Amino acid sequence: MLRHKFIIFFAAATISGFFSNVVNSAGVAVKPGEEAWTTNGVFGSFDRKQLKRGWQVYNEVCAGCHSIRLIYYRNLAEMGFSPNEIKKIAGSVEVPAGPNEDGETHKDDEPIMRPGKAFDRVVSPYANKIAARVANGGALPPDLSLMTKARINGANYVHALLTGFKEAPSGFKLSDGMHYNPYYPGGQIAMAAPLSAEAVEYSDGTKATVEQMSKDVTAFLIWTAEPELEERKRLGIKVIFFLIIFTAMLFAVKRQIWSRLK
Amino acid sequence: MTKPTWKNPVVKWIDHRLPIFTFIDHSAIQHPTPRNLNYFWNFGSLLGFILVVMIASGIILSMNYTANASLAFDSVERIMRDVNYGWLIRYVHMNGASMFFIVVYLHIFRGLYYGSYKQPRELLWIIGILIFLTMMATAFLGYVLPWGQMSFWGATVITNLFSVIPFFGDTIVTWLWSGFSVDNPTLNKFFSLHYLLPFIIFGLVFIHLWALHTHGSNNPTGIDVKGDKDEIPFHPYYTVKDAFGLGFFLVIFLGFVFFAPNFFGEPDNYIEANPLVTPPHIVPEWYFLPYYAILRAVPDNFIDVWGWLPVIIPAKTAGVICMFASILLLAALPWLDTSKVRSANYRPTYFWLYWIFLINTIILGFVGAKPAEGAWLLIGRLSTLYYFLHLLVLIPLVGRFEKTKPLPDSISSSVISVSTKDEEPANA
Amino acid sequence: MVTTSQDKKKETVDDTKRDFLLYSTYTVGAVGALAAAWPFIDSMNPSKDVLALASTELDLSSVEEGQSITAMWRGKPVFIRKRTADEIKLAKSIKLSELKDPQSDGDRVQKDQWLVLVGICTHLGCIPSGQKGGDVKGDFNGWFCPCHGSHYDTSGRIRKGPAPKNLDVPPYRFTNETNIIIG
Repeated sequence: MLRHKFIIFFAAATISGFFSNVVNSAGVAVKPGEEAWTTNGVFGSFDRKQLKRGWQVYNEVCAGCHSIRLIYYRNLAEMGFSPNEIKKIAGSVEVPAGPNEDGETHKDDEPIMRPGKAFDRVVSPYANKIAARVANGGALPPDLSLMTKARINGANYVHALLTGFKEAPSGFKLSDGMHYNPYYPGGQIAMAAPLSAEAVEYSDGTKATVEQMSKDVTAFLIWTAEPELEERKRLGIKVIFFLIIFTAMLFAVKRQIWSRLK
Repeated sequence: MTKPTWKNPVVKWIDHRLPIFTFIDHSAIQHPTPRNLNYFWNFGSLLGFILVVMIASGIILSMNYTANASLAFDSVERIMRDVNYGWLIRYVHMNGASMFFIVVYLHIFRGLYYGSYKQPRELLWIIGILIFLTMMATAFLGYVLPWGQMSFWGATVITNLFSVIPFFGDTIVTWLWSGFSVDNPTLNKFFSLHYLLPFIIFGLVFIHLWALHTHGSNNPTGIDVKGDKDEIPFHPYYTVKDAFGLGFFLVIFLGFVFFAPNFFGEPDNYIEANPLVTPPHIVPEWYFLPYYAILRAVPDNFIDVWGWLPVIIPAKTAGVICMFASILLLAALPWLDTSKVRSANYRPTYFWLYWIFLINTIILGFVGAKPAEGAWLLIGRLSTLYYFLHLLVLIPLVGRFEKTKPLPDSISSSVISVSTKDEEPANA
Repeated sequence: MVTTSQDKKKETVDDTKRDFLLYSTYTVGAVGALAAAWPFIDSMNPSKDVLALASTELDLSSVEEGQSITAMWRGKPVFIRKRTADEIKLAKSIKLSELKDPQSDGDRVQKDQWLVLVGICTHLGCIPSGQKGGDVKGDFNGWFCPCHGSHYDTSGRIRKGPAPKNLDVPPYRFTNETNIIIG
């Protein structure tokens, strides 16, 4: 029957339309490739060793310019750091101590500092956004805490961007102080290629290639953006499993009750 | 319908003074309901369920949310990271909004297909549209609260729509903002209203149900109930059917919550609001896209097209008027539709018009997500034109000239003929 | 219609089956509803950021004998007093039978010199005075609650006034001679 075929076609069209994301990305940029993140899929989880490597890359490379202000040192426990290790990491930085007994926040024009504690936010490289801009020739290095959620296809994009720096093709007009990167909207980005081979030395013996470091730091940023990811997926499997059984039971009850009508 | 006799002395005592148990018994247990309702009649109770979930999760969120422009974004992230199960409650609320609209659209298009808006259910339909409008307002206000880039710029663009009002436009926009741009006072106000409106929806839902229970549900044949054989008590038949539908819905809903929680969202809203940087594309939430397309479809040179009209209506205004008209016109549908037959199953011409209208609306949705230029603009304009053509011309005309199919004698006879022919269950 | 006994039997079996399915569905549904309520209830328990501040670490090396400091712990004041030899002696000399809430000084301190108390009067929750040199310390040289006149001694025990109990001792431990973690 034409009517039925039509409805099926319509339903198919709607569903396919729904799943091809309705929003198009900004600017003309090369689409990043698909990487196999350990967090992908229904059973996805974090690779704790990789997160630690990523934290190292962030700390030694990115942290010079980019903050991750939504992360507290105490959060590092979720990556597998022990309370003592966290205490050491947090204690190695200094944070403003606030007013002392005499109500002073500064001494000799320098803020009074205290060692960081587990409950402190991971320190940001700049005091404020204006200072960040001034230090970077007018460009603001964005906060990275939510980066993989704040871009379309976030994780793949970050990895593609980090590994995508190239010589600009001839004819491409590169502005002063900018760098060519086909994955960045518009093709030019103020950030220079941040990673170079052996930029960090991994303690677990992993070879620090650009590809490896980029993957590690991206995995780390997936965690900073969605620290609940593992808990969410694990709980989700249980909940959906329960609901499917419950719904099947309801269906059986429904059939039974409605069969009384015949 | 018999008056129940209560055995429990406490229930009896209360019911004699406040007949609340009798009321529940009449409206949710014995309530006679057409026996042939299909699964498209599940969405009403489902919407009630979603409303309760939204209010419950919203109240919990508000316990941890801070309506302050410099703290709002971080307070949402604190909910996501530090509050126990905060991520779950927030994702339920976020995806619940999208589910709310998916189900309400199904509910509305069910009504359009089966002619549920026709005499004597006109008011029921109009109250439904009021609920829909209040929902849209609530959703818009709620989207501002996380104070991300899309929150901020969405609020800026939508509130600016009111600047087209002649003479008072700027004053009204300033009043809406409680300032000279979308800022802290705006956020505070929006939070207050976002908390208020759901309770107004709750009240409207009761009036909606009151009107529904006055004449009872429409049904797939669209013919009136003729006798006891046509009806069955709401409980257990439709309670169990609704429960099954709810289970099915929860699998989909929570599937999104747990495995694709940001599917309906905009990445830009994970960037904190910045009044100095506009995102490259400002897109409203998906459920507003068709109206957004209509808004942008009206040509700038509207003035030339209409000649004398701009004296009253400046160009920018026309788009806004069209957008609001596209919803308000639906309220006039009971009178625009001249056909006496309700269900599209017995209206061969309207059947096709219905589906074309539905597809046209979806096309408008796609256009709303695209930049208003080139082919997209053209498609948007044609679709907008067709939207109004359907409601204002085709619907009134088709009712006059259409040759409808013969209606079944009664609801029960239609059910029996179906079940003997296709061996489908009685409710198919 | 005449029903045979066999028909009846079949009906009962069907009924039992139906009831079993119905009641097990009810049960599963109830379990699901309870489980769904848990996240909402648990969201009102202390969150991670609150718990992160649930213990307070202090360096006491700058506190001198006879001096008290006030620290904040879980939103409450904590009195830490470096007691003098006289104060310790006074606290230990009292007979338990004379006390309203009998408790020996040894049960209230880990190190004789350091007295750690939650600085909230056990009567109606006021903050007793006695932390600073010039403060009123009450009849027993400890703390005095100005609200209703409760007197606490040099071990923070109630000696006179309406308060029913001694000042609470919070959980704490010393990580070394002068470093203390409360909570």
